[in-house]
Amino acid sequence: MKLAYWMYAGPAHIGTLRIASSFKNVHAIMHAPIGDDYFNVMRSMLARERDFTPVTTSVVDRNVLARGSQEKVVDNITRKDQEEHPDLIVLTPTCTSSILQEDLQNFVERAQIDAQGDVMLADVNHYRVNELQAADRTLQQIVVYYLNKAKKKGELPTDKTEKPSVNILGITTLGFHNNHDVKELRRLMADLGIEVNAVIPDGASVHELKNLPRAWFNLVPYREIGPDTAQYLQSEFDMPYVDITPMGIVETARCIRAVQKILNEQGADVSYEGFIDEQTRFASQAAWFSRSIDCQNLTGKKCVVFGDSTHAAALTKILAREMGIHVVLAGSYCKNDTEWFKQEVSEYCDEILISEDHGEIGDAIARIEPAAIFGTQMERHVGKRLDIPCGVIAAPIHVQNFPVGYRPFLGYEGANQVVDLIYNSFTLGMEDHLLEIFGGHDTKEVITKTMSADSDLSWTKDGTAELNKIPGFVRGKVKRNTEKFARDRGITAISAEVLYAAKEAVGA
Amino acid sequence: MTLANTQPQALEFECETGNYHTFCPISCVAWLYQKIEDSFFLVIGTKTCGYFLQNAMGVMIFAEPRYAMAELEEGDISAQLNDYEELKRLCLQIKRDRNPSVIVWIGTCTTEIIKMDLEGLSPRLEAEIGIPIVVARANGLDYAFTQGEDTVLAAMAHRCPDQAPVAEAEKEERGGITKLLNFGRKKEEVDAAESEYVDHAPLVLFGSVPDPVVTQITLELKKQGIKVSGWLPSKRYTELPVLGEGYYVAGINPFLSRTASTLMRRRKCKLVGAPFPIGPDGTRAWIEKICSVLEIEPQGLEEREAKIWQSLEDYLQIIRGKSVYFMGDNLLEVSLARFLTRCGMTVHEVGIPYMDKRYQAAELKLLEQTCHEMGTPTPKIVEKPDNYNQIQRIYQLEPDLVITGMAHANPLEARGINTKWSVEFTFAQIHGFSNARDILELVTRPLRRNSSLKDLGWDKLVREKAPH
Repeated sequence: MKLAYWMYAGPAHIGTLRIASSFKNVHAIMHAPIGDDYFNVMRSMLARERDFTPVTTSVVDRNVLARGSQEKVVDNITRKDQEEHPDLIVLTPTCTSSILQEDLQNFVERAQIDAQGDVMLADVNHYRVNELQAADRTLQQIVVYYLNKAKKKGELPTDKTEKPSVNILGITTLGFHNNHDVKELRRLMADLGIEVNAVIPDGASVHELKNLPRAWFNLVPYREIGPDTAQYLQSEFDMPYVDITPMGIVETARCIRAVQKILNEQGADVSYEGFIDEQTRFASQAAWFSRSIDCQNLTGKKCVVFGDSTHAAALTKILAREMGIHVVLAGSYCKNDTEWFKQEVSEYCDEILISEDHGEIGDAIARIEPAAIFGTQMERHVGKRLDIPCGVIAAPIHVQNFPVGYRPFLGYEGANQVVDLIYNSFTLGMEDHLLEIFGGHDTKEVITKTMSADSDLSWTKDGTAELNKIPGFVRGKVKRNTEKFARDRGITAISAEVLYAAKEAVGA
Repeated sequence: MTLANTQPQALEFECETGNYHTFCPISCVAWLYQKIEDSFFLVIGTKTCGYFLQNAMGVMIFAEPRYAMAELEEGDISAQLNDYEELKRLCLQIKRDRNPSVIVWIGTCTTEIIKMDLEGLSPRLEAEIGIPIVVARANGLDYAFTQGEDTVLAAMAHRCPDQAPVAEAEKEERGGITKLLNFGRKKEEVDAAESEYVDHAPLVLFGSVPDPVVTQITLELKKQGIKVSGWLPSKRYTELPVLGEGYYVAGINPFLSRTASTLMRRRKCKLVGAPFPIGPDGTRAWIEKICSVLEIEPQGLEEREAKIWQSLEDYLQIIRGKSVYFMGDNLLEVSLARFLTRCGMTVHEVGIPYMDKRYQAAELKLLEQTCHEMGTPTPKIVEKPDNYNQIQRIYQLEPDLVITGMAHANPLEARGINTKWSVEFTFAQIHGFSNARDILELVTRPLRRNSSLKDLGWDKLVREKAPH
């Protein structure tokens, strides 16, 4: 048993449902008690989905428990098959069905006899994998199923597309900014003269899956969902893949160069160097922005990064390499990807933390006192309590991660967005600087919102006056640091002098 | 459980036993931990339960809540680990970190299926760690959504003291501040306060409502000279109400049938069977029923109700003559249907996850009577509805408003059908006379919003070919 207050990744069935409901005309049946289909609520409320979520619960109640589900699951599959004629019905195991140890595979086989569409059992162990691993696994399973089916029927195309082409793998519903990222990737591929052969699973039909091998290569933008499928396609169909996340100017260029290499190996004669240079230096604003005077004041600021492997690693690189910001700690909750993560970020940060325990990350943030955090909703919350700004860069998703406007994280527009996010997260560069020079403009306000009645320290009149001159948004921090400084040195009355001594000593 | 169906048009009941969506009953943790301030809720379940509370219910730990998951792992499921030792480890940690007055164990589907003997483990652990442990089986196999509260209150009913003096002594010991505050008050004043009440058998109310509603309802009854001796749940676990044999108890929520029967059978209390105090009509009927069992002549209730209706007129104009369809979610459906019928709406169907015809008997009767008086057809009451079938019926009936769970709200709205989330009625303050306005504020909001958008010319936001 584990005492848990917060989860960074959801349970396995959420991953399976994300894949199943991303496809067009695929229905998922859950063998679960009332309420376990809250995935529907997430789609309707968080992602503001207009269509009914194609997920139905075959309800497990006391009766089912007593008598076994008998025909119920099979009936529900065949019923849905008749009602909506889905191409595929995915029977989704849940924590309940796992313990009941019912033979779900048998249900699937029996339902397949009457069903017009295909029926399959998602093969995930609910207790051993999380949402992300289950999603990766289920996507691969569906791809394998349809490629084998096509092979059996002799419908598997053997040719490649005429022009260079790509499959983009791992774009899903309820993914962190996935809907914007895929638009940006399509645009990027168009700019590179590469046809998009398929995007899976989001909006794809299972009937198109047999055409996957026609593409020249696969692109896996996220490490969490897609790699299993890419590896399968490589081993079975000899398809190369690129798994460099095109996030940030440098990594986007690296990704494009990897694409270039793969295409040229297959006989294309492409050179993207000109495009990369044009995008980097002139078209995209990100590179210029981080070079501009505006961003100078971010130099050496301390920050903490935490998220899934993909986003945490990419952000760490952008912060350290492209903006000159000091990443004190980079961390990820994807324990299964520890090795890769360490290898990717170790040269760009002081510390690495791999943990699923939000308390551990919170403690690290409190200890480091960074100028900004880039993390999940949880770190945003921690930041609020410690009065440290936080930009949200990774799942678990929240309604705020489904902005109506265009906010990709990938590609050149993504680089712009990320730079904006970083810049706006810090208490601003130039503004900060000017306020420091002119001593702020809100001198009539109360000193801080915090109570220091329980403090053993007192502020002298001139100390208070000085503190008052410090801009409101950093005042609390200055006050804390000065008091810490005073306490460490046994000073009981804080004068203006002490304040400045502290400022010198700790850079408050 | 037969109803006295003497009306020409009786209510029709159907149990569809379909595939339907509603929230898991563990969601009660979301409001109960706030209500009972010195409690700690430990949900003993899997990642599925935890992720539900975190993402779908949106109860994140942002407010430093007093609840947590005891997440069952593979070793727990396969009984390789000792349940007692594991729970002890977690509860000791909770004691150390939060020191609550009570730990409520919320059993889930998983603990049911693996037959974890929570009721058997708790007395021993309680004695060992020195904190009361209440066990509620709020699992989705047996219950839906708001019934989670029912399981918790039924379990807590066992812990209410049965004699006042014992309780007083305990209170003195624990609530030193209360005693200090009362210290200055002269005895005559206390007597004067007492004299405002009629001498009647003790009355305890059950059902979790926000504190302002507790005050409103308590004062409303005081107007009739009725003294509420206590509420289950109370604001603090240490202040649970005394439940003596023969005490009268009245429910404030329609989903508390289990608590009601526990109070009757185990605590030998007398249940006041009344419609629920939702809407001015229900509130009046509820108070009248309480008055009648306590043998008190109600004062000015008719005028009070009339005045409330008068004040609602601006909202009534919006909904009068319109139709409403309840898909069924939080078990407040029958009470709301009755109130909205009285408001002049026609109710097509009342979906409801679970229908206890005995506990809701007075409410059902009032619904039937209201339909009769308003000259509207009685709605069909569909227990455990099938959501797919319901949506086909909604397409056919084209109701002016659908009150539904969160899963179907946006898809229906995209098809030009006005919706209101049923969950909002669970969390809003809807009980009593003055809160009737809040109910109508919620009910009319989609109608008001969409009427302000109606001239734009786009009410359907999905392509024609895919209405289903």
